[in-house]
Amino acid sequence: MTTTTDMNADSYVTADGRTIGPVVMDMKNITLRFGGVVAIKDISFDIREGEIRAIIGPNGAGKSSMLNVISGFYKPQEGEVWFRGEKRPPMKPYQVARQGLARTFQNIALFDGMTVLDNIMTGRLNHMKANLLQQAIWKGKAEREEIANREICEKVIDFLEIQHIRKTPVGRLPYGLKKRVELARALAAQPSLLLLDEPMAGMNVEEKEDMSRFILDMNDEFGTTIALIEHDMGVVMDLSDRVVVMDYGKKIGDGTPDEVRNNQDVIDAYLGVSHD
Amino acid sequence: MPEQLLFAMEVTLNGLMAGVLYALVALGFVLIFKASGIFNYAQGVMALFAALTLVGIQQGQVPFAHLINAIFGTEVHHFPWQVPSLIAIVLAAGVMILFAWIVEKYVLQHLIGQPDIILFMATIGLAYFMEGFGDIMWGSDIKKLDVGLPQGMNATIDQVTFDWFGYGFFIDNLDIVAAIVASLLVAALTIFSQYSKQGRALRAVADDHSAALSVGISLRFIWVLVWSIAGFVALVAGIMWGAKSGVQFSLSLIALKALPVLMLGGFTSIPGAIVGGLIIGVGEQLFEFTIGPMIGGATQNWFAYVLALIFLIFRPQGLFGEKIIERV
Repeated sequence: MTTTTDMNADSYVTADGRTIGPVVMDMKNITLRFGGVVAIKDISFDIREGEIRAIIGPNGAGKSSMLNVISGFYKPQEGEVWFRGEKRPPMKPYQVARQGLARTFQNIALFDGMTVLDNIMTGRLNHMKANLLQQAIWKGKAEREEIANREICEKVIDFLEIQHIRKTPVGRLPYGLKKRVELARALAAQPSLLLLDEPMAGMNVEEKEDMSRFILDMNDEFGTTIALIEHDMGVVMDLSDRVVVMDYGKKIGDGTPDEVRNNQDVIDAYLGVSHD
Repeated sequence: MPEQLLFAMEVTLNGLMAGVLYALVALGFVLIFKASGIFNYAQGVMALFAALTLVGIQQGQVPFAHLINAIFGTEVHHFPWQVPSLIAIVLAAGVMILFAWIVEKYVLQHLIGQPDIILFMATIGLAYFMEGFGDIMWGSDIKKLDVGLPQGMNATIDQVTFDWFGYGFFIDNLDIVAAIVASLLVAALTIFSQYSKQGRALRAVADDHSAALSVGISLRFIWVLVWSIAGFVALVAGIMWGAKSGVQFSLSLIALKALPVLMLGGFTSIPGAIVGGLIIGVGEQLFEFTIGPMIGGATQNWFAYVLALIFLIFRPQGLFGEKIIERV
């Protein structure tokens, strides 16, 4: 296999040695309206295998709407979503999840009544195939499945350094740890695309650093493809391979962090522009 | 042993048996409340409807006979067959599953994301609808439900206790059967919700709809599943209560007895429903036995509610319910 650093090739190797593959998710001319409000206007971009892709923009730019379109929570009025080379028909969020797409939420959506471990195990639900009868007998397939899935969850727990709270009901945890548990649940599904909705919102500097490290390690060790939303530009620029910039529902920039940083439209959107 | 004590023991035992029947009704509420946060007002009517359907199928009644006769001027009432009890129970369970599917498709589906109170109101509507629908379908006369459950005093217990204490306990066979069935049902449901994949999904849906969707759980499937199970529990409760006191409209009022049970046990706990039922069953009987005569009797009518009221004041989450702490 030839290796190249040319970003336009089918697959290339980044400066830090990670391989970026072909396009996994391709959004084509997406338009999303709520009544008369246009949340997303004719946006196209793609996400490639193995990369960390960021969507940034000021508040109300339509970032979360975009993420909800990708994960099936919103249905765009126009445009096409292509996943792994196939056009995706209109789908319910749970069907999208079953295709191998996991996500976290801006305002943390966890199962408060369950323990951390149980929460993470729900991430494995789609990988369990044993039927009710097999589960009732609890020998053979059901047992093997539970053990295998449990192992994966334990690996994720180790990786995200939350061993000490495995048996704690999630409702009792502080905010930062909840965010981490939510990430663990998504990661446990071993998704082919992981969507993170403001993974660092509301965190202090130390927690932000931890989270950045986890995101980088996840991508590096498991090769997880990650698309994340942030409005804190600093964090994003250090993490991501490519960045989409949105403002008022429109795409105003798309490229490497450096390209985006020097894009005049982006600078205007973030710093404001004088009208004289 | 003094006769008073023996009598108290007998009363306690009977109280336990009655408590199991209360618990059975409460269980249906807990299941739906756990999975969807809805207090299902229609649970009592579901028990009535299930029992009506069972009797109807068993006796080969023609559904909507009165309606058909009124419209077409015919005189049909019964099919020329009777269905064996076991098959009738299976068919009635099938009807309850169909009912769950219809409720999901035509009621719940349209109310996703609405506040809980709206869903609660919907179940009130559902209760009245089913009440009328059951009447039209099967007629409003009082029916006798007989699926071959043993009835009357248990002779063995009477004999054994008489030999031991010189005083025979009166325990109804039907109560014993009900207690066994309810215990099995509870054990099965607990294992199902704690250890099966669907059980885990069910608890997930109860906690957070969006999060459940994001890990690939189909809300529709879970809701149909949980209403089916609640329908089945209603059928079992309907059979037990119906065999005891006949199938008639007042059967739907047993739901009222389930309310104090839920306040005691907590709305979200399956074991809570059982313990709550037992406490109320026993408490009611013992209270009537000890205090009753002093204040003119008939304390069963209000004892459970007063107890529930006390719980509401001092421990609103019930004995086993989750304590709700709102972070501000």
